[in-house]
Amino acid sequence: MKRIIENKHPLAIRWFHWVNFPLLGIMIWSGLLIYWAWHPYKIQVGDWVLVNFFPDWLFIALKLRRRLAEGMAWHFVFMWLFMINGLFYVGYTWVSGEWRYLMPDRHSFREAWEVVLHDLGIRKLPPLQTKYNAAQKIAYSGVILMGLGSLLTGLAIYKPIQFAWVTWLFGGYTSARVIHFALTMGYLLFFVVHILQVIRAGWNNFRSMVAGFDVIDYGNAGKSERTDA
Amino acid sequence: METPENQNEQTPDLPPREELTTVQQIRRRTIKAFALFGAASLVPFGVWKWIQREPKVNGLPKTFRAVLGGNEAIASLFLSHSHLAPTFPLDEAAKKVRVNGSDGMKGDFDPATWSLKIEQTATGEANRSFTLLMEDIRSLPKVEQVIEFKCVEGWSQIQHWGGARFVDFVEKYGVGTRSGHPAQSAEDWYQYVGLETPNGGYYVGLDIESALHPQTLLAYEMNGQPLTGPHGAPLRLLIPVKYGVKNLKRIGRIFFTDQRPRDFWHERGYDYFVGL
Repeated sequence: MKRIIENKHPLAIRWFHWVNFPLLGIMIWSGLLIYWAWHPYKIQVGDWVLVNFFPDWLFIALKLRRRLAEGMAWHFVFMWLFMINGLFYVGYTWVSGEWRYLMPDRHSFREAWEVVLHDLGIRKLPPLQTKYNAAQKIAYSGVILMGLGSLLTGLAIYKPIQFAWVTWLFGGYTSARVIHFALTMGYLLFFVVHILQVIRAGWNNFRSMVAGFDVIDYGNAGKSERTDA
Repeated sequence: METPENQNEQTPDLPPREELTTVQQIRRRTIKAFALFGAASLVPFGVWKWIQREPKVNGLPKTFRAVLGGNEAIASLFLSHSHLAPTFPLDEAAKKVRVNGSDGMKGDFDPATWSLKIEQTATGEANRSFTLLMEDIRSLPKVEQVIEFKCVEGWSQIQHWGGARFVDFVEKYGVGTRSGHPAQSAEDWYQYVGLETPNGGYYVGLDIESALHPQTLLAYEMNGQPLTGPHGAPLRLLIPVKYGVKNLKRIGRIFFTDQRPRDFWHERGYDYFVGL
């Protein structure tokens, strides 16, 4: 058996990924400090409340109450770093050609479904994979679009008069606020699935996001097995 | 073993040694990368600790105040009197207008004996102070507007207000300029306007640009009726280009100055500008 080191993630990609992690964390945390001051959002069917964003105990447990001024300050300071890091990431993937690994194509949605079936243990055959499988392509491209959405809806809420046309694009001030919040819930959902998949994919895959390389074992038959998240 | 990897790659007749070297290399690269990763992850903790320890200015770390000042400078670049708050049809205006806060409105107050103090401190002719009555404000052209009022807390409401444009008021009474005459240049305006309730318990400061915005009103009507007490009778500020915190109720004093007036919520950790 032969082990091969293969470079997988360029330094720039790893840098943007890990810088984004605390930055997005701060944006979500400070966003919750802001949201506490008025937290009306619910998912309900008729009078039946499915999800309440959020119950009081959560605000208490996370010490999110009566910190609006602090939340706004953090949000409007770190928004710049979050935006700059995101723009550099997009710029880099564009210039370096990395976007080719990320952009879904017309087969991706069918293939992504196969990935889901495989990951749930229903489908035995491993899905097609280059650097990322189809589900990853959709998820990772999607989260970049979400980032853009957060920046634009953020601007729509932050300066709803100077940029009234942006606010109008998102259906008005209250609507832009709902979308901004929904995107944040989307990140939390993304985070949960992402962490589970990283755990599932194992050490080799996690290491590749830190050290940049992948180790591929070529067995006797010369075939490789890679699982990635 | 210090042998470079590519030399090993060229000697396939020594497979056990090659495998060992590859494993070593994996180990070395992994340790190096994770050591750097560990060191780098201390940076956010360092930043966090540094922010916690920084001296505070009006409740916020000094650096945050500096960045918010930068945000204000950027916002001022695209602040324009031609950027108007969207207006709405009259029937969309809330019948029950939300009351939020009564700071500076405690104690006895009689609207009938109310008067408005106007002050500007400067050398010479422009140094003036006088009082106005409701009839003086009512003598200005009346404007009605249905706008979306936005609270810093996050809620907003479409509301119907009536009153006099702030810009009409300064022009008619010849205040706001250092020369004491209608402004010939942008530099002639005082940089700030301060407003206070009669008991001084609530106070705001505004940049002159926002105060002179065509939708900034000295409001005395709500839903076509005279203002009620909790909404700031007899006269309040209605400034759609700012969050609700700047929309001071029950104005007792208006003054023009080049020093940034103190501001109630700014002293309590909020941004000074809060422009929308």
